[in-house]
Amino acid sequence: MTFLKKTPLPVLVALMLFASHCEPNPYREGARLYQFHCANCHLDEGQGLGALIPPLAGATDYLATNRERLPCILKYGLTDTIVVRGTVYAEAMPGVPALTAIQVTNILNFVNHSWGNQLPPFRLDEVRRLLSECPK
Amino acid sequence: MRPFFFILIVVLLWACTQPSGPRTLPILGERDLVNGDTIYPTVPDFAFVDQDSQLVTNATFADKIYVVDFFFIHCPTICPKVKANGLRIFEKYKNDDRIMLLSHSIDVKNDTVAALKRHADKLGIESRRWRLVTGEHDAIYGIADDYFSVAVENPDAPGGFDHSGRLILVDKNRHVRSFCDGTDAKDVDRFMLDIDLLLEEQFGKR
Repeated sequence: MTFLKKTPLPVLVALMLFASHCEPNPYREGARLYQFHCANCHLDEGQGLGALIPPLAGATDYLATNRERLPCILKYGLTDTIVVRGTVYAEAMPGVPALTAIQVTNILNFVNHSWGNQLPPFRLDEVRRLLSECPK
Repeated sequence: MRPFFFILIVVLLWACTQPSGPRTLPILGERDLVNGDTIYPTVPDFAFVDQDSQLVTNATFADKIYVVDFFFIHCPTICPKVKANGLRIFEKYKNDDRIMLLSHSIDVKNDTVAALKRHADKLGIESRRWRLVTGEHDAIYGIADDYFSVAVENPDAPGGFDHSGRLILVDKNRHVRSFCDGTDAKDVDRFMLDIDLLLEEQFGKR
């Protein structure tokens, strides 16, 4: 404890701030939800599987172009044929209808900031609006 | 009292040490004793059809060791993880004639030969090394037991089937020698060491 007493407060605060920035991905709840709902198919590192399941890692083109559709895809699935990183994927993806808007936001933000992906974060009100407009 | 405890500890520590010499894989399953001979369980005769409509029998794996699993194409749960790990094994032993892979579909209705072919192509699976098979419903579910693997139809399970994600290693004498949880990459690492060990045991050092 003598260390704490002797160290000036600003230094401690600076250390704490520094430590909090060491976290590689700040979306821990998203990471947990991803493991539970998505990782069985898209796999732990978002690498996908052959020409069956598209990767999420490095899929920035698809994720950016289809940004507005992503919340609906998570919740209600996808049956379109899509192209991700040059490969055609035609298998249907089941959605997870039980996901709440908060959970969808957390998952998307985790994916958008993982495995080299660097895309602007989703805000909760934005996800709520997009979910309310999902094509049925 | 002191020397007694000292000796006890030494003896206990000594008992903990592993027997020296190369590790060999056990033969798994319940064994029988017939007229003084130990009879080990073996994989029974089977006949299935693969992604190229070719007949797959025990003869397909004659003088080879092989890795078995059970899956279905429209599996919403563990199958992709097991397939991803199966692909690691496939990639590692792609050019090794001594080993093959055998995946049984448990969805007789949907996983037709054509569907298995599409599935194999999309995963880059070569049929000379990896057979995806279908066949008679009872034959598939029956042989799952012989590989100590769970496969049951269950309308309440995701996708309609319950099955274990096990990968099972069979030697060239039809004995099951090792298995792992196909969804667990670390366990599959360990399993691949077992494969190397079995290759050396059955075919000698390369």
